[in-house]
Amino acid sequence: MNVHRHTFDAVIVGAGGAGLRAAIETAGKCRTAVISKLYPTRSHTGAAQGGMCAALANVEEDSWEWHAFDTVKGGDYLVDQPAAEIMCREAVDAVIELEHFGLPFNRTPQGKIDQRRFGGHTRNHGEAPVKRACYAADRTGHMILQTLYQQCVARGVAFFDEFQVLDVAFVDGDPSRGVAGVVAHELATGDLHVFECSAALFATGGFGRIFKVSSNAHTLTGDGPGLLWRRGVPLEDMEFFQFHPTGINKLGILLSEAARGEGGILRNEDGERFMERYAPTVKDLAPRDMVSRAMLTEIRQGRGSGADKDYLYLDLTHLPPEQIDEKLPDIAEFVRTYLGIEPKTDLIPIQPTAHYAMGGIPTNVSAEVILDAEGTVAPGLYAAGECACVSVHGANRLGTNSLLDIVVFGRRGGAAMAEFVGGREPPGLAPGFEEAVAGTITALLGGVEGTERVADVRAELQEQMTLNASVFRTDESLRAVSATIDRLRARYLSVAVTDQSMRFNYELSEALELGYLLDVAQALVAAALARTESRGGHFRDDHPLRDDANWMRHSLAYRQPDGSIRLDYKPVVGGPYLPMERKY
Amino acid sequence: MDVDLRIKRFDPENDERPHWEEYRVTVDESDRVLDALHQVRWYQDGSLAFRRSCAHGVCGSDAMVINGENRLACVLLVRDVGSKITVEPLRGLPVLKDLVVDMDAFFAQYRKVMPWLVNETDPGDGERLQSPEQRARFDDTTKCILCAACTTSCPVYWANDTYVGPAAIVNAHRFIYDSRDEAGDERLEILDAQSGVWKCRTAFNCTDACPRGIRVTEAIQEVKRAIVRPHPESG
Ligand SMILES: Cc1cc2nc3c(=O)[nH]c(=O)nc-3n(C[C@H](O)[C@H](O)[C@H](O)COP(=O)(O)OP(=O)(O)OC[C@H]3O[C@@H](n4cnc5c(N)ncnc54)[C@H](O)[C@@H]3O)c2cc1C
Ligand code: SF4
Ligand code: FES
Repeated sequence: MNVHRHTFDAVIVGAGGAGLRAAIETAGKCRTAVISKLYPTRSHTGAAQGGMCAALANVEEDSWEWHAFDTVKGGDYLVDQPAAEIMCREAVDAVIELEHFGLPFNRTPQGKIDQRRFGGHTRNHGEAPVKRACYAADRTGHMILQTLYQQCVARGVAFFDEFQVLDVAFVDGDPSRGVAGVVAHELATGDLHVFECSAALFATGGFGRIFKVSSNAHTLTGDGPGLLWRRGVPLEDMEFFQFHPTGINKLGILLSEAARGEGGILRNEDGERFMERYAPTVKDLAPRDMVSRAMLTEIRQGRGSGADKDYLYLDLTHLPPEQIDEKLPDIAEFVRTYLGIEPKTDLIPIQPTAHYAMGGIPTNVSAEVILDAEGTVAPGLYAAGECACVSVHGANRLGTNSLLDIVVFGRRGGAAMAEFVGGREPPGLAPGFEEAVAGTITALLGGVEGTERVADVRAELQEQMTLNASVFRTDESLRAVSATIDRLRARYLSVAVTDQSMRFNYELSEALELGYLLDVAQALVAAALARTESRGGHFRDDHPLRDDANWMRHSLAYRQPDGSIRLDYKPVVGGPYLPMERKY
Repeated sequence: MDVDLRIKRFDPENDERPHWEEYRVTVDESDRVLDALHQVRWYQDGSLAFRRSCAHGVCGSDAMVINGENRLACVLLVRDVGSKITVEPLRGLPVLKDLVVDMDAFFAQYRKVMPWLVNETDPGDGERLQSPEQRARFDDTTKCILCAACTTSCPVYWANDTYVGPAAIVNAHRFIYDSRDEAGDERLEILDAQSGVWKCRTAFNCTDACPRGIRVTEAIQEVKRAIVRPHPESG
């Protein structure tokens, strides 16, 4: 295997919104490489539809404190309140800055950035829904990704496109001693590239592909969290995974909450607007965890549609057709393309879809990765975006808060990293560090007797995770899927990659990705099994109530040398808002 | 249903020239062509190379020639193409392996048109104002996902790869008609050059190919008009 060496001050892994925003910050300040397994503009930030919120108060009275309150309440009080405050306060500048970068937001008649409603965002601490989401039709994420990429092109950022990062090196193998480099696999050649650096920022996005029905791209496989976990970095709050209420039935393709923000209604088989029973004040715009549970409750009680009574409907038929054309053109097109029906006249079959990881690589508000409950920083190691856990989303993220998170903490991470590397020389990498990766690849390419197929192992993982670890969980279901994952991990050892070529060996990349899927799924299930309460996106049928006395704490999952998991906890950082019952 | 896929394969490591291979896969008629390709890679022939990510037409990874037309494999349903599906790599870009083409030249053309907002005026603390009408003026060309379907459907581009191609012009248009941008003249100058808009012969292939429904030919025509009559009505 050919090996190439590069030296940079800083390396950014991932070129979605978080990675690109970080790159804009380091540009001109330090030698930075942006490494991405996809061309930057293919990143899944481009799939985000609905909006990015900030209390601009362009159309209605609003304040960042109200936004912070909604974020904390929406997160079921597992949010670290100082972090949420920072995010909501900096939101205003973040949106204005994107506008200055050229982002084509929709406008008010006065020419200001227009805003619309989104689930869980309210005026004055829950009084009524508020228009807080800034948007560009229903392709806000596309416009954010394009705009940030444009700004990177303007700044001459150094990109390594279609390079998959597979390992990270720490000084003496110890994350608390500092970052020394990363190892990447170049898709076009199969060569390995070793990047020596003083700092690395991980922005590899989500990992919804551990589930069968997901809004996430095929490539969202948890590489960043997985590879850091293997090297001793913990993963925080992995039990909290968000299921979005409105995925296209069976396919999981997202129909943005903006559809309900614009007035869309959820209906069951009887045509009833069932959310009136579950959230009398905000109804269809209740937070996602509550709506997804309400939907599955309807289905469990026999009010679903179709032969198997397993889906519900999104109703847009009462909206003025021109509103659909103007505000929701892309999702209307998804419905036409994939379901062959007309959203202006037909009810749209939907089901909850695996959407967003609240948990991930633990960081502080400077996006520095922390290693334990005491907040010990891994020097030079940063994470931002969906792969990170600050924690601003707590147990359940509010819609539009992730695009905000990636921009705010991408920028903070980039700034902190540029400052960190100033005047430093990369500590240097132990020779032969890349051999671990080379060994893994050689083994997958048939050095060992392989009998298992990537697709089979992955399909079973996704199936079992969906069955046992999604919207509703029990001790029994989690133990079952935990045993399944152990079996699948064993089978993974005998996965064979049949393609022996070096160029664009996607079978090999998918095999490597499967390894990370198994890692993050294992962490998720272990943390979910331990948490004997229900909070936000984590709902236990056998422990249906929130338990603030015992569980106002974040989980930290560590991979042990023998492959087992050790769990530790750290307290939630409080603030002005005391936990109260979450009613909407 | 059973579908017969004919796929043009080429691995420069092992093949002297491209050749066809056939696969029979079982899919639902509401499945995407991308799902059929996955069936091949996942269960029959792991060496089949094609790019993909989002699987619903927003990332621009999987433009390819399907039954003779440039399409995104994830936006085309099997029921709309039938049970005989021919798949080839995009034309006009070098094939790196199977359906994977070299995008370097494509992105280099994109970079040529200064695809970023230029505005040296201090905006102050708030947003720059832009009326809904000014915003609507360039809405269409903001939709581009850089999939290259347009550029690689253009007969002029096939014959002459120095032509910047429709996608680069679309991305220039997006800024030329943005009321906030101040570099329209520079971009028009770039596109007025030998390799620029005048190479366009209005074949309309690009508009037909665009999976985002962008009126590509119209955008090119508007840029031509702006060159002839400088200072386009940006709003
Ligand atoms: C359909 C959909 C709609 C959404 N709508 C909204 C919305 O309206 N509002 C909102 O706030 N949020 C929304 N979200 C959530 C939000 O879009 C994402 O959480 C956010 O965009 C993630 O950004 P990111 O930069 O962290 O990761 P991504 O944009 O996913 O980028 C990940 C990057 O990491 C790279 N990468 C991954 N692994 C590796 C590796 N091993 N080596 C090298 N590179 C690697 C990839 O190439 C990619 O560049 C939506 C999400 C989805 C799926
Ligand atoms: S204009 Fe259309 S076809 Fe051309 S690159 Fe953009 S999205 Fe693709
Ligand atoms: S896979 Fe993203 S456009 Fe087809």
